Amino acid sequence: MVVERGGSPASDDDLVEALRRGDQEAYAGLVDELTPALTRLALAHVPSRAVAEEVVQDTWLGVINGIDGFQGRSALRTWIFQILLNTARTRGKREKRTLPFASLRRRAEEGRNEPAVEADRFQGRRGEYPGHWSRPPAEWSSPEVRLAQAEARDTMLATIAELPPRQREVITLRDIQGYSAAEARNALGVSETNQRVLLHRARSKVRAALEELLDAQEVPG
Amino acid sequence: MSRPAQDPLEAMSCQQFVEIVTDYLERQLEEARRLWTEEHLAECDACRTYLDQMRQTIAALRGLGDESIDGAQRERILAAMRTARPSAH
Repeated sequence: MVVERGGSPASDDDLVEALRRGDQEAYAGLVDELTPALTRLALAHVPSRAVAEEVVQDTWLGVINGIDGFQGRSALRTWIFQILLNTARTRGKREKRTLPFASLRRRAEEGRNEPAVEADRFQGRRGEYPGHWSRPPAEWSSPEVRLAQAEARDTMLATIAELPPRQREVITLRDIQGYSAAEARNALGVSETNQRVLLHRARSKVRAALEELLDAQEVPG
Repeated sequence: MSRPAQDPLEAMSCQQFVEIVTDYLERQLEEARRLWTEEHLAECDACRTYLDQMRQTIAALRGLGDESIDGAQRERILAAMRTARPSAH
């Protein structure tokens, strides 16, 4: 069993106790903290915001019903994400077409054949330096400011919305929620290597989308 | 920096770097491959820029985590929870 950052099973004790007592403030705090991320994750599996919100609501009801039986074998928040994912996947199966073969689907989700950067940005075999940049990335000016603006946020959210579900799950937990690799693995039930492959594909796509946005914003000359 | 003697690999290409960057940031490269990567970074401005952009991307994604809950959704959830557990007042 992996010991987890922040929400280690022991440090959850007081909160779990409050939830078992039906402490409304404790519930509201947790609902405020986790609902945006839960909704984003649910949207990876179901076709609309409305259905995603239903899945999230069912998840919270699942927390109320399950808290007395919560064993503390994983961190509280990891357990809540597991409830959400089970609910969302079950609901999603009813509403979405799936690829016929599990292995094919897994390859597609991991994006094994997708390059992090389009091949045409590198020199080909006959170039002077094969595999080196032909169109290198340009440094972003004032990235902290520009990446915090609404346009960049919208670009990131739109890119994440287009990701295959597994990639979306990993980038949401790791980068948006700031969970450790171990926590993400526990919540999602993926191997260390898969977790990293999925994270790599997802991050690479978000970077590429931001590059496109920021390069287009630069005044030429 | 000279390449470790046991490293059988050619000099890294930029195309290889962009695929190894997450393993590098996650500190999941074995020593020889980490040195191979750092050797490339020491010589390649463009890949250092790429690495910066990945770090900036990660920081920007973290900023999305500050999103606060939708007010109407919050009310619906809390109302459903009160119905489910009337003792929770």
